[in-house]
Amino acid sequence: MPLLEVNDLRTWFYTRNGTVRAVDGVSFHVEPGETLGIVGESGSGKSVANLSYLGLIPSPPGKIVSGSAHFDGLDLVKAPAGVLRSIRGKRISMIFQDPMTALNPYMTVGNQVMEPLLVHEEVARSEAAERAGQMLDAVGLQDASGEEAHMRAYPHQLSGGMRQRVMIAMALVTNPQLLVADEPTTALDVTVQAQILALIKKMQERLGTAVILITHNLGVIAGTCDRVVVMYAGRIMESAPTRELFYSPRHPYTRALMDSMPSAKSPGEDLYTIPGLPPELTSEIVGCPFAPRCAHAVDACRQRPAVLKPVGPEHQTACTRVQEGGL
Amino acid sequence: MTGASAKSLLSLRDVKTYFPVTRGVLFERTVSVVKAVDGVSLDVSRGEVVGLVGESGCGKSTLARTIVRLEPPTAGQILFEDRDLAALSPREMRSVRPRLQMVFQDPYASLNPRMTVFDAIAEPMLVHRVVRRRESAGKVAQLMEQVGLARRYMKKYPHEFSGGQRQRIAIARALALDPQLIIADEPVSALDVSVQAQILNLIRRLCDERNLTLILISHDVAVVRHLSHRIAVMYNGKIVELGEAEQVCAAPRHPYTKKLIGAIPVPDPDKEAARLRARQ
Repeated sequence: MPLLEVNDLRTWFYTRNGTVRAVDGVSFHVEPGETLGIVGESGSGKSVANLSYLGLIPSPPGKIVSGSAHFDGLDLVKAPAGVLRSIRGKRISMIFQDPMTALNPYMTVGNQVMEPLLVHEEVARSEAAERAGQMLDAVGLQDASGEEAHMRAYPHQLSGGMRQRVMIAMALVTNPQLLVADEPTTALDVTVQAQILALIKKMQERLGTAVILITHNLGVIAGTCDRVVVMYAGRIMESAPTRELFYSPRHPYTRALMDSMPSAKSPGEDLYTIPGLPPELTSEIVGCPFAPRCAHAVDACRQRPAVLKPVGPEHQTACTRVQEGGL
Repeated sequence: MTGASAKSLLSLRDVKTYFPVTRGVLFERTVSVVKAVDGVSLDVSRGEVVGLVGESGCGKSTLARTIVRLEPPTAGQILFEDRDLAALSPREMRSVRPRLQMVFQDPYASLNPRMTVFDAIAEPMLVHRVVRRRESAGKVAQLMEQVGLARRYMKKYPHEFSGGQRQRIAIARALALDPQLIIADEPVSALDVSVQAQILNLIRRLCDERNLTLILISHDVAVVRHLSHRIAVMYNGKIVELGEAEQVCAAPRHPYTKKLIGAIPVPDPDKEAARLRARQ
């Protein structure tokens, strides 16, 4: 049974400039202990989709229009705020892109890592402090002096990579079943990124946590994820196991995305570019949202709704031409 | 590379840029210095694309800013067309500026939100009096066309454009004075992959067509490798490795370059698995 099953999720934002359909019918699932990658360009809805079922979309202007997100049997979309609060930070944790804004500058690192334990598990301060210290050790924030100096540090005293380690310690200290990591390494240098990704993997193996990794970086996906979901214009274009997605991508958007990376071409060659711009999400898109930019689009693509359908075991695509064997 | 200066458009000779760290408000005293650029020598020949890679804080942006004298160098020579920029007065520097231009990372911050596309692109030409005001519209339209922007956008403001289009405007503005050398500091880092590809193609085409000399600064080795003839790797204010782009990426020699190249995730699951195994 999946740990999390998101079904036909729609999150719209009601703004002065019209209704923005940021997430428009998204379904995916996460199995216990696995890593699901969600990849997409800015504005594709990859963050909003995950913030939605966690109850973190500001409302107004945002609203979950339809859909469900079953976590261990409970529909998070319908769950009251109090129930969600007891789940967030305890059974589902999050880490975000910018560890500077996500940490409280007035609180010591130790207090911040202790906080989830004090709030959710109501343990004594001494026990929370001990577990927080162990967690900081485990994420590589070593206590050099042996006097709990790492617990007493403030975020500004740490580098970006160290702050992200603190975030990971905070997220995992309650032993959650699911970790949602939204661009966790985007703000970091590559050498630090490598360390942080290795750390997430190590902790995941140790604790059996399932991970949703949201990123725009296909290289990061290739090395860390079991399965991948590709999003575009608030919808899922393709979903497949990682190797299959990279070695036999079916959706034209997925293929275009891979071809436009500098590493896809030899130096001196022109990179593949996707013509045009992503669609405005303020009006309803009838056909496939990628059709106006797609090299393979036919008239039917602009008229018939593009629905995610299986094209192989565990491999789904929303391209109707692929589904009908035309591509 | 001795004797290279004859052909070199730009020659850096032991360039140093130090920043003092001060304490105290009233009786300010220097307690230490940050050696942001610490003895960089580099020859760039005409028409060449040199990539400058390194992690944050390695001094690559400070070096760029030093070359165009946005930061005063602490020591060293910056020979551009055989004049030492480090020794020029601000007035003399002004006459050189049209020939070396910069493109910055964030096209949201580098364009004045109150200036139309026309104003932004025409401004450098009017300031340096290379066109008359009434001739400027034609020149601006021509530049816009070269960077792939329709001329009907001339009266629009930056907020009406996407990030990729803004970067095109910034590039058109940099090209307006027909520079010899362009320094692009992370020109595509703020852009999505598909837009990044468009801008990289544009930069490469412009370099070819205009025989531009380009110093391309990026933390993304794949981007730099794609465009550059040679790559310089910076670490701690120094160039630790310099060589042909393919050579540096495929067979890095300096331990830091090895570490840097080895840390880059490859968008290919099997190669990536092999890379991760090799790291352990």
